[in-house]
Amino acid sequence: MSTPQVEVTESLDTLGSGAGGEASYGRPKRAGVDTTHGAILYLDSISVVFDGFKALNNLSLDIGVGELRCIIGPNGAGKTTMMDVITGKTRATSGTAFFGQNYDLAQLSEAQIADIGIGRKFQRPTVFENHTVFENLELAMKANKNVKSTLFARLNSTQRDKIAETLDMLRLTADQQREAGLLSHGQKQWLEIGMLLMQEPLLLLLDEPVAGMTDAETERTGELLNELRGKHSLVVVEHDMDFVTQIAQGGKVTVLCEGSVLAEGTMQQVQEDQRVIEVYLGR
Amino acid sequence: MSVMHTTIARHSSSRLYSGSTWTGIAIVVAFFACLPALNLFFPVDHPLHVSSFTVALIGKFLCYALAALALDLVWGYTGILSLGHGLFFALGGYAHGMYLMRAAKSSPEILPDFMGFLSWKTFPWFWSFTEHFWYAMLLVVLVPGVLAFMFGYFAFRSRIKGVYFSIITQALTFAAMLLFFRNETGFGGNNGFTDFKKILGFDITSADTRAVLYWVSLATLLGSLILARAITQSKLGRVLTAIRDSESRLRFLGYEPLGFKLFIWTVSAILCGIAGALYVPQVGIINPSEMSTENSIEMVIWVATGGRGTLIGPIIGAGTINGLKTWFTSVFPEFWLYALGLIFVLVTLFLPQGIVGLARQLGQRFKRIKP
Amino acid sequence: MRLTYRSFKRWLLAFVLVLPLQLSFAAELVEPQVLSGLAGDSNDERAKSITALGLLSTPGAAVVLAALGDGNVLITSDGRILLARGDQQVFDPTTGVTQARPSDAQSLTLNNRLRRALQSALASSELFSAQTSTRLAAAQRLQKEADPARAPLIERALNAERDQNIRRALEVALASAAIKSPDAVIRRNAIIALGESKNAAFKPALLAIVTASSSGQYAEPDDTVRAAATLALKQIEQHQTLISWVGNIFFGISLGSVLLLAAIGLAITFGLMGVINMAHGELLMIGAYATYIVQSLFKQWLPGWMDWYVLAALPVAFLVTAIVGMALERTVIRWLYGRPLETLLATWGISLILMQAVRSIFGAQNVEVANPSWMSGGITVLGNLTLSYNRLVIIGFAFFVVMAVWLVLNYTRLGLFVRAITQNRQMADCVGVPTGRVDMLAFGLGSGIAGLAGVALSQLSNVGPDLGRGYIVDSFMVVVLGGVGQLAGTVVAALGLGILNKIIEPFWGAVIAKIAILLFIVLFVQKRPQGLFAPKGRSAE
Repeated sequence: MSTPQVEVTESLDTLGSGAGGEASYGRPKRAGVDTTHGAILYLDSISVVFDGFKALNNLSLDIGVGELRCIIGPNGAGKTTMMDVITGKTRATSGTAFFGQNYDLAQLSEAQIADIGIGRKFQRPTVFENHTVFENLELAMKANKNVKSTLFARLNSTQRDKIAETLDMLRLTADQQREAGLLSHGQKQWLEIGMLLMQEPLLLLLDEPVAGMTDAETERTGELLNELRGKHSLVVVEHDMDFVTQIAQGGKVTVLCEGSVLAEGTMQQVQEDQRVIEVYLGR
Repeated sequence: MSVMHTTIARHSSSRLYSGSTWTGIAIVVAFFACLPALNLFFPVDHPLHVSSFTVALIGKFLCYALAALALDLVWGYTGILSLGHGLFFALGGYAHGMYLMRAAKSSPEILPDFMGFLSWKTFPWFWSFTEHFWYAMLLVVLVPGVLAFMFGYFAFRSRIKGVYFSIITQALTFAAMLLFFRNETGFGGNNGFTDFKKILGFDITSADTRAVLYWVSLATLLGSLILARAITQSKLGRVLTAIRDSESRLRFLGYEPLGFKLFIWTVSAILCGIAGALYVPQVGIINPSEMSTENSIEMVIWVATGGRGTLIGPIIGAGTINGLKTWFTSVFPEFWLYALGLIFVLVTLFLPQGIVGLARQLGQRFKRIKP
Repeated sequence: MRLTYRSFKRWLLAFVLVLPLQLSFAAELVEPQVLSGLAGDSNDERAKSITALGLLSTPGAAVVLAALGDGNVLITSDGRILLARGDQQVFDPTTGVTQARPSDAQSLTLNNRLRRALQSALASSELFSAQTSTRLAAAQRLQKEADPARAPLIERALNAERDQNIRRALEVALASAAIKSPDAVIRRNAIIALGESKNAAFKPALLAIVTASSSGQYAEPDDTVRAAATLALKQIEQHQTLISWVGNIFFGISLGSVLLLAAIGLAITFGLMGVINMAHGELLMIGAYATYIVQSLFKQWLPGWMDWYVLAALPVAFLVTAIVGMALERTVIRWLYGRPLETLLATWGISLILMQAVRSIFGAQNVEVANPSWMSGGITVLGNLTLSYNRLVIIGFAFFVVMAVWLVLNYTRLGLFVRAITQNRQMADCVGVPTGRVDMLAFGLGSGIAGLAGVALSQLSNVGPDLGRGYIVDSFMVVVLGGVGQLAGTVVAALGLGILNKIIEPFWGAVIAKIAILLFIVLFVQKRPQGLFAPKGRSAE
């Protein structure tokens, strides 16, 4: 299996973000990912069994191109496991997961999956503590990531600009030479989002992106994610209902429970669903 | 693994070292380069004369320093603790040794003595062409390199990490040592290779040859330092330290660690093999005890004492420990092992950053004291 | 008289005590008729007499035959046979009286024919000698002769013989004699019997029958006999293969039990606590030296109890190494939990210090530790295979230790705490498990077991300062192969490696076998890093 080498040189051609959930055409395409049917991620009857314990139970969902999908649900519902399956950290016991029409995620390694355009932000910030903020972004930056290219890599001005732009957006320009381990928790979360953006992924998976953030930081994160909608496809797992309401904006929300989909719909529909109220939201 | 605050490259600048560091390096290199000259050009009773013994000793230390540098690349920077690097060192030494054994006889067809004792009439196939110096040099690079590549490929692909990997490298070098101890393997059994006479036509024991070997070792060490520095300062170097700190996170960024580990592992093995090849003519003997687990673990303590992940640290560490060893074994031989054991314990408990780390800490504290 | 048990014993005792005297007395003398032939005129008569003397197989006859061989037999003019005792004395074999040498006594000379007869007669008589070694030697000589005429004699000896070794030798002699019988049926039957006996000593004779000479001729003309011989050979070879396999497996289990003892302590410290203790080999060595010290103490103060010093050494070695281990844990290892690579280096340093300390105290040479008498020797099974007692004892001991460890881990509070700490140290801390103390005790337990292993090792191999070095790599291999944290895995891995090693050894030699095993483990662990018995459930990275 050779790593699909993808050079993104096409400009991002967008036709407005539209409401999340609607398939829009003219999305940025990796030479490779086939999104002609409008969905960028298909999960079909995914089951994951750990020694008798069913973490995912016939889970099926699909994410449209450019959509921002929120996933909510109680602890143990399988949200993180679902992300593990998508990014290749865990192999599904049964079922299929496809990226676009043509990439079977079960056949690819974590690095390959990251390379074809799926980026993940983890629950706890996992930046490289001994590297500086600048280096963290440099490492994440979309580039040819094989040994030879990495050995002889030199930052050109476009890349420098991109990093500077991201630093600016993250408000970390002043700290760019600081070791990432010395940042505050919220700053680390932002750095990780920044790293995710540097990868220029087609699909972003965010696992509790605002956990531990202040209200102001949370609001800024919401703004950022809304900006990304349309240009990228996003899957956001969260517990903070206000935040979810802020970013869902009429888009689809999926509720997971005990490893499968309990309900799906707009935020309002979901909040009024009896089953959801019973299991998760409470009266 | 303790959090290390080592300074890795800041911007991907093209400067490997700061100006002051280069000056320091130049001074040290110049000092060490003088020693053989002092040995050759001054007569024995002159106060500035350096004895041949000292030249040979420092030459040996230079080879050890190169091995320590090689080990730092995989351990200090990539987090792969190898307890079997002595194997690569010894293989390089044996490769060169094969040439020297051929050169010691008046003609290339004459078999070494140990083959005569085995009643062998011809050279085994793996001895072919070893009468040519260039071929032996090729073996010095290829044998450790290919072995490292193959072993590394299977080991890293299976994602063995940490302690398990270290134990396996120990088993590997132990197995190789057992193999080389056998007379029938064709490498001189437990006596190994010795009694070298000539190298490239020159008398191997003459002071001139010793000086040349010394200078070659010094130059190789310097060149390897520059090469290692270039690697670690590049983006690849940052990927290596990322592998050390959080390999799985790196995967999710799109990097496949196998290739990077394999690259640095093979480079390290080759450098170590070259160190062994330079070592053998200066010491005059190579035998399977070079592959012992004790030797490999001692290399690790050179790196740890000097300061891993610093490149210069391991060089200092190798020099320090071997210097202590030489001093102890001539003055208090029974106490050397106590001292070495104590160094192991004290360095791991109290000096995790090594000598270089300690120097940096003191330097920072000094800077803070100054108003 | 009432035959009570007591009186019966007394009669039996009396009978038994008197009997040998009577027998010996009777056996000392020779009947005059037998000897008369010697004094006869013709060689025939003399030869017959000699043969008859051989058949008599009494000590008295043996004396006469020995004298014949030495040329000490004298004949008087009246036909008495006397045996010379020096120049002046003679001994009369019919009366047992020594008397002065008569002037008319002449030496009896032997010609070749008589000498031959004498040889066989000697062999025959020696078959009934009182001494085991003489009988055995005689039987073996008869094997070589393979003379069918001897058969009745050999059978008689077989009936009287009780010693197993000599019985076997006699059977071989009988069969080898029978093989040369002129009757094909007898030959075939003899060969079948040889095959049934599965005794490898018959192989050469059978091989001689089935191999053709260089001209293509068979020594044996009869086809059916040759076929029987081929079959018999196969039987014997199969049995030999069986013996060698059983032998290999026994030695494999023995080696496995040693590996198990050496590795169990490590399985506890490494497997359960995650501590890489490179000084583990030195703990083995300290246990062995503790045994040596106990042996020396016994030699000095309790020489009569020397046989039991090993039992006393067990608790001593356990305590000493447990204390050393706990001291190590408190001073060095405690600070390095969670940093396995550092622990590795630090404990390597400790191992250097320990080795040098032992060298300074006891010297660099090996010290002498002897097996007690109840551990020396062995039992022989399957005809040829000796299972030595010391190995058997150690196999038993190893399993005893495994059982004890299992009980401690699963049925004591300490074991419970250790298992808790292994699974989740922080949680154990939170619920009040005294982690510091448990760590120390668990490490002490692992070290103590290493000490016990050292006692066992002292009985099997040389005890020297580098005893530990020879076992450290193997111990780690066992633990890594068996699966970390699993006692069952350690047992299976140790036994498996021991047996595998001994099975490969006959084909490739000891060194290559060891190398092959190491490489096998290296490859296996890459395929299956969690070992043979993996810990269940989601494993943390």
